[in-house]
Amino acid sequence: MTRPILSARGVDKYYGGRVGCRGVSFDLYPGEILGLVGESGSGKTTLLNVLAGRLSPSGGRVLYRGPDGSEHDLQQLSEAGRRRLLRTELGFVHQRAGDGLRPLVSAGANIGERLMAGGWRRYGRIRSEAADWLARVEIPADRLDDRPADYSGGMRQRLQIARNLVTRPRLVFMDEPTGGLDVSVQARLLDLIRHLAARLDLAVVLVTHDLAVARLLSQRLMVMKSGQVVESGLTDQVLDDPQHPYSQLLVSAMLQV
Amino acid sequence: MTSAETGYNFAYLDEDSKRLIRRALLKAVAVPGYQVPFAGREMPMPYGWGTGGIQVTAALIGPDDVLKVIDQGSDDTTNAVSIRAFFSKTAGVATTTVTGEASIIQTRHRIPERPLKPGQIMVYQVPIPEPLRWLEPGETETRVLHALGEYGLMYVKLYEDISRHGRIATSYDYPVEVFGRYIMSPSPIPRFDNPKLDRSPALHLFGAGREKRIYAVPPYSPVRSLDFEDYPFAVQRWPEVCAICGASDSYLDEVVLDDGGRRLFVCSDSDYCAGRAGKGSPPQ
Repeated sequence: MTRPILSARGVDKYYGGRVGCRGVSFDLYPGEILGLVGESGSGKTTLLNVLAGRLSPSGGRVLYRGPDGSEHDLQQLSEAGRRRLLRTELGFVHQRAGDGLRPLVSAGANIGERLMAGGWRRYGRIRSEAADWLARVEIPADRLDDRPADYSGGMRQRLQIARNLVTRPRLVFMDEPTGGLDVSVQARLLDLIRHLAARLDLAVVLVTHDLAVARLLSQRLMVMKSGQVVESGLTDQVLDDPQHPYSQLLVSAMLQV
Repeated sequence: MTSAETGYNFAYLDEDSKRLIRRALLKAVAVPGYQVPFAGREMPMPYGWGTGGIQVTAALIGPDDVLKVIDQGSDDTTNAVSIRAFFSKTAGVATTTVTGEASIIQTRHRIPERPLKPGQIMVYQVPIPEPLRWLEPGETETRVLHALGEYGLMYVKLYEDISRHGRIATSYDYPVEVFGRYIMSPSPIPRFDNPKLDRSPALHLFGAGREKRIYAVPPYSPVRSLDFEDYPFAVQRWPEVCAICGASDSYLDEVVLDDGGRRLFVCSDSDYCAGRAGKGSPPQ
């Protein structure tokens, strides 16, 4: 029986008197993609940041299980330990690719940064690894020395994904990875994420307000409203037969074409 | 000894400010390569003209010291002459242009060619003390990176250099690791001078006036220039020798002679060049 890679137990986050998220508990298993859906302001991104150790929760615990089976509470780890974990076994894909990339250096340096932070000191190897990952995210090899500013929005997002995956993380957090992209680019990116996640056996926590994205990528879904999880279950089950009135509203609000 | 101007405290700065700077210097020496914040004073010159170096020199200098000041290796450029005159007026100390005779050497871009001796102090005027600043604009973040020794970012800069120029093209302010711990910007000295910092018998003090930081390399500290295994650190070499003294082992400046493209190379260290050419020191 496999054990969860990430467990949340009664996670709360308050901003002063305001609720970010409240009482969230779930288990995420290796290789599983969990979608967090809900309207803007429902606490999805807050929850994601708490899960990723980028925000400290007001209450509850988040446990990450390493490849050796050891459990780490991201908040109990030293800052050095947490940062090391975040740039090796974990990944974070920002909604705006610019937030997750270094604008002043080439794509190769962006992909190589995690490797160099991990102690790689041979230029030739770093470069060939970066080129390899560029190919895996379907960016032409001759763009290796271009800066992210010279990339299109879709390519930038794929570059950000490559930069995260280069250390073979086991768990990646994604905040609206397809937000702000046009529909055809979105489709291609979704296809790429699905493909990579399956190939690398990645566990993903995916925040999106787009139910179509959730349907395509995630196996399980949690619907959030006002900081709380109002419904969770298998994606098809939640989308085809929503139980909670808010989920029903959300599903019926989806445009049918 | 020249006579000092009256109406100023010895070496211009008041004694309390000097004490504050000395405390920062002691901490800097105790933690090699660590940037110690200090409450920099206003100096009678603009930032960028060496206010950090001057404050360090003012806090260190005593009546028996012999001061040498160089700018681009030369003792007779405007900045060097002015700073030397400043201290002979406000402290009445002896000045020299001869490296071997100086007890304190304030510098802008160079480490003298003649090997430094135990007991000598180098004072550097530093424009940007933070080596990670180029890639990480946030001060809070760079402090964390230093504290945790996360220096992957420094290699990102070197990687970028190689991918753009085919080699590590950083030719000055080349980052170094001091005592196997902190990464430090050695001020804008050419990377030609980096090996002179390694296990140097002299004390090296760095003052950044605008950024209000002081850091140090104590005598005999190991100082390593960062590099990749397949792109090792190397200093610049010239195909020419110095046109005046014939030196082949010193840092050469290129001088354009006319608009027909004629040029020649001369030592940047004027004291070294004059000494070799047998003319003694250049006129003060």
